[in-house]
Parts: sequence; structure tokens; C-alpha cells
Amino acid sequence: MSVLVVVECDGGEVKKSSLEVASYGSQVAQMLGTTATAVAVGEATESNLAKLGEQGIGKVLYDSEPRLKDFVNGAYTKLIAAAAQKEDAKVIILANSNIGAAVGSRLSIRLEASLATNVVELPKTDGGKFVVKRGAFSGKAFADVELESDRKIIAVKKNSIEALHEDGKTAPVESFSAQLTDADFADAPKQVIMQDQAGGVLLPEADLVVSGGRGMKGPENWHLIEDLAKALGAATACSKPVSDVDWRPHHEHVGQTGITVSPNLYIACGISGAIQHLAGVNSSKVIVVINKDPEAPFFKAADYGIVGDVFDVLPKLTEAVKQLN
Amino acid sequence: MKFLVCISNVPDTTTKITFTPDNKEFNKAGVQFVINPWDEYALTRAIELKEAQGSGTVTVLNVGEADTEPNIRKALAIGADDAIRVNAHPKDAFFVAKQIAAIAKDGGYDVILMGKESIDYNGFQVHGMVGELLGIPTVAPAMKLDMSGNTATLEREIEGGKEIVEVNTPFVASCQQPMCEPRIPNMRGIMTARTKPLKVVEPTADAPRTEVDSFALPPAKQGVKLIPAENAGELIKLLRNEAKVI
Ligand SMILES: Cc1cc2nc3c(=O)[nH]c(=O)nc-3n(C[C@H](O)[C@H](O)[C@H](O)COP(=O)(O)OP(=O)(O)OC[C@H]3O[C@@H](n4cnc5c(N)ncnc54)[C@H](O)[C@@H]3O)c2cc1C
Ligand SMILES: Cc1cc2nc3c(=O)[nH]c(=O)nc-3n(C[C@H](O)[C@H](O)[C@H](O)COP(=O)(O)OP(=O)(O)OC[C@H]3O[C@@H](n4cnc5c(N)ncnc54)[C@H](O)[C@@H]3O)c2cc1C
Repeated sequence: MSVLVVVECDGGEVKKSSLEVASYGSQVAQMLGTTATAVAVGEATESNLAKLGEQGIGKVLYDSEPRLKDFVNGAYTKLIAAAAQKEDAKVIILANSNIGAAVGSRLSIRLEASLATNVVELPKTDGGKFVVKRGAFSGKAFADVELESDRKIIAVKKNSIEALHEDGKTAPVESFSAQLTDADFADAPKQVIMQDQAGGVLLPEADLVVSGGRGMKGPENWHLIEDLAKALGAATACSKPVSDVDWRPHHEHVGQTGITVSPNLYIACGISGAIQHLAGVNSSKVIVVINKDPEAPFFKAADYGIVGDVFDVLPKLTEAVKQLN
Repeated sequence: MKFLVCISNVPDTTTKITFTPDNKEFNKAGVQFVINPWDEYALTRAIELKEAQGSGTVTVLNVGEADTEPNIRKALAIGADDAIRVNAHPKDAFFVAKQIAAIAKDGGYDVILMGKESIDYNGFQVHGMVGELLGIPTVAPAMKLDMSGNTATLEREIEGGKEIVEVNTPFVASCQQPMCEPRIPNMRGIMTARTKPLKVVEPTADAPRTEVDSFALPPAKQGVKLIPAENAGELIKLLRNEAKVI
């Protein structure tokens, strides 16, 4: 019996969200009196995988099949299922990403497992039950869900678990082959197109986010958002109406019908704080709101606020960050 | 081509979420239910593709109790041809997926469209499960869907980019913007919806694999600390020294 952790890699590095997943997995293993094995997907280097020892991982399995570099649902599912069988994994943990959740749902059928996505805390195992807390109602509530099957699959929401760092600890990396065939790559993407990220920070993985709404008045003013984001090393985001009128690309739209972010810091500039917008951002650790209307609903969800004009306040903030660094 | 569109019945996006006193169930009292917003993309796109092909059918499917019928009728008014309701409380994603897979197997559908996720339980699970149960590909979440013969070209959103994916029918896709402009019912649609077939079937015997123990609301915010606009730079110091996030 063991715990299996799926780590996503990109450009040789383990994604930050996967370091959290690995830390979650090693803590679950400890609770269950067993060890955690990681299986890596995406483009990884052996030395970076070995460093998963710092997150408490006992061993890493890696299939160097080159076609596994990009996400292929069929192949990834088969690879992870094979690793789960080999390790006799009772609990499988993934990131709640477009990769992790997509693979997790297929795996739950193949392995006859209970599945919980969007999980935000370590499980509770009192009284022989296995209960996880997950976000529900688009960030407006939580649910404690019991996973009833013998096997359990958990997709962990980004930034809800602190990554462990035991400096210098390494894990052995074993090569592993799931004997994948051409048929497993039938749903491989024809083409992968990555966006130009302002400042190079990916919004779903970002720790800091600067976001603009209709109060920014037009796309020509977005340099104010970008300058602050750049100074902070933050990603940029926007409200729905802003992407609806093409001031900003759709992939920056956060909220109930956009992407959900949970960074350490979310700075909202000229956004009123409609309930559908809050749904996508209210699990951010710290929320800052800049709005000229003191009655804007967003202030009720904020930790810090400035009642003022974004055109006046934003350059001051950027200047203050530059002075700090 | 036969399209199957799965719709879930969810609280309106502006709903203030509360629970029953034992925190076991969502408190439905006074809540307005709508078609899950993502599912509207699936429905509209299916209708558009059928229209472009000049033939075919769009069937809507919901796993739910009789109180979901107004929203099923709404989907018919938007332009679906017929509807199926599996008469059951949607206990969990696995249970729902089993029901959908059973209907899909019987009906021989070419394209099964869903929303990206339900806005109530945010599972992002049902589409992957249905694909696996039927042994066909699932593309989730899809931002674009075009058909040429039996081949579909989709844009799939990934963290930080998109993939172009090609699949042959049958397949499952879960839809999100900017796939299409969701349609709203017109007067004629509402009139004809009344007489379109809505079949009610009983569920399979499958048991759910998860159970909700309790719900909870997030802890309330402590209240906002306001910084005067003249002193905006002070905020940055607080973020570093007090909140310790930069
Ligand atoms: C089904 C559904 C789903 C939705 N999904 C989403 C979603 O996912 N994400 C989302 O964002 N929205 C969503 N919405 C829309 C949402 O209801 C709001 O309409 C939207 O969030 C408002 O965007 P906004 O705050 O940018 O604009 P507004 O509401 O127009 O607010 C602009 C704000 O800027 C302030 N302002 C103006 N000028 C200045 C200035 N010079 N300096 C400082 N402040 C200024 C104003 O006081 C105001 O508060 C959804 C709506 C529906 C019905
Ligand atoms: C924590 C939790 C608590 C729950 N509590 C309750 C509860 O108290 N009361 C209750 O009635 N149900 C409850 N359910 C079931 C829930 O309403 C859903 O029907 C089911 O779990 C699927 O939701 P999901 O978020 O996993 O779907 P997702 O995987 O996010 O949905 C993806 C797509 O699947 C399709 N789909 C989803 N559900 C249905 C459906 N019912 N019929 C047709 N198509 C569908 C839609 O196209 C949807 O866009 C609960 C589920 C969970 C996970």
C-alpha cells in the first residue's frame, strides 16, 4: 500500500502547484503509515525530480517517452494507472489543474476510485472515515466530503497547502515504462500555442496578481496595470466585461465564468466586486481594492483598500515598489 | 448528426449561499435556479452546428428531480429538439456520469457536449468520467469547436495557452467561452417548447462513491484597512511588513 503523487513538469522544472501536491501526498502517507511515490509527467530533468525528496517523496517514477512532454489524456491516464498498480496506491493525488482534474476523472473510473476535486486541506481520518474539504459554490462555500471507495483520488487546489522544504533531501529517480503504444497518443494535440504572458508570469500559477476592471476606462491605460505587475513580478488579470469588449484577452478573465485564481495577493483596480467576479478571486490570501467609489462592494471582501482614482494611485504604487526593491 | 447536451440545474450566479441548520444540505428556499452558465455554451454550439449541417437532432439531458423541468423547457425553447430527464437526485459526479453514459450508449449520439463545470459543486469531473465509461475521448475545457464530416477540431484551454486537438466522433467535449454567444429563448421558441417531447426515465442502480458530510461558509473577512490615496505608497510597506506577501 502506498500514496501516489502525480507531479506536472514544464521546461524541466516541477510546477509550483505540484510541489504542493507532493507535500500533500507525503503528509497523507505519514498519516496512513506508508510512503509517497511520485510519478512525473511533462518535461522533467532527473536532478529536479530527485529534489522532490525535499517535499517528503520517497521515490520518483519517470517515463522518458518523448511524446509525454505535452498533455495527452489517454497516455497520461494509462501511465498513472500503471504506476498506481505497480505501487499498489490506495490514494492518488494530483493538482486541480486542467491536466490533473481531466486525468483524475478518467482514472477514477478505471481504478474504481472515489474522486474529490478542488480540495483545500489535508484529509481527516477519524473513525475510519476519509473526509476531505473541498471548495464548492464557486468559492462561496466549502464541503466536507467522505470518499467511500477503497481507492481515493484527490485533486488539490493551488495555493491551499504549504509546500514542505527539507533542504538537501533527495529521492531516487527510477525509470518506469507504461509500455505506451501509438493508440495511447491518438488524442495528442496537433499543436500547442502558448500565450505571450505580460512579464512572463502565468496567471493560473501566479503568487501575485494585478487586475483591472471597467474603471480603467480603456485598453490604452493598461500600461498602468502592467507597470505595477512588472515591478511586483505579478501576473495581470481582468474582469469579464473587459475581456468581453476585447480590451484584454479572454484568458485573463477571472471569476465565476472565467478562471479561478488563489494567489497570495490580488490587487483589484477599478473593479466593482460583483458576486460573479468575487467567486473567482475570493480565496486569494490578501485582497487589495482600489476604487474611487467608497461604496463599491469589493471593499467588503478586501483586506486593504484605497478610495481613490486608479490613474493617480497606480503610478504611486509602482514607484513605491521600485523604491522598495 | 445526433448531439446530446447535458445540462445541470444550478442556483443563479447571484445567489447568497446558505445551508440547512444541520449544514448537511444547500438551502434551496427562495433560490432561483438556472441552466448552468457553461452548459448554455454547449447547448447553443450544438444548435449552431446542427443548423450548419442542415440536419440532425439536439437532445438535452438532465439528471434531476421534477423541479428541474422549467430549465429543461427553457433549453427546448432555446432550440433543442427533445429532452430526457433521468428522474433522480444527482447524488455525486460518478452517479451522474453513470446515468449520462447509460443514455448515451442507448441513443447512439455522435457528439456529447457538456459545460466546463457545474457552478454549484465545481466538480470538473462528469465529462472525463463519461468519456472513460464510453471508451471515447474527452476534450475539456474546450474554447472552440468546429466540425467537418466526422472530425471535430477543438481548442482546449491549458494553463498558459491552448492546444489544437482533432478527434473523430463519437467524443465528449466540455464547453466554455468564447465558443459562441449563448442564445436566449424567443417567443416562438417558448411556444414550440411546450409540445416538444420530454421523456422521463428511471435511473440505473449505481451507488454514489462520495457523500457530503457537511457544508461550511468561508470565515468572514476582518474588515478592510483603508489607506488614504495621498499616502498610497504606505500600502506597499504594509504588504511587505504586515501582510508579508511581497
Ligand atoms: C452569469 C454571469 C456570469 C458572470 N461572470 C463573471 C466573471 O466570471 N467575472 C467577472 O468579472 N464578471 C462576471 N460577470 C459580470 C459581473 O456581474 C459584473 O458585471 C462585472 O464583474 C463588472 O465588471 P467591472 O467591475 O470591471 O465593471 P463595473 O461594475 O462597471 O465597475 C467598475 C468600477 O470601477 C470604478 N471606477 C471607475 N472609474 C474609476 C477610477 N478612475 N478609479 C478607480 N475606480 C474607478 C467604479 O467605481 C466601479 O466600481 C458575470 C455576470 C453574469 C450574469
Ligand atoms: C460536494 C458535492 C455535494 C453535492 N451535494 C448535492 C446536494 O446537496 N444536492 C444535489 O442535488 N446534488 C448534490 N451534488 C451533486 C451535484 O449536483 C451534481 O449533479 C454532480 O455532482 C455533478 O456535479 P459536478 O460539479 O461534479 O459536475 P461537473 O463535472 O462540474 O459538471 C460538468 C458538466 O456535467 C454536466 N452535468 C453535471 N451535473 C449534471 C446533471 N445533474 N445532469 C446532467 N448533466 C450534468 C453539465 O454539462 C456540467 O456542466 C453534490 C456533489 C458534490 C461533489
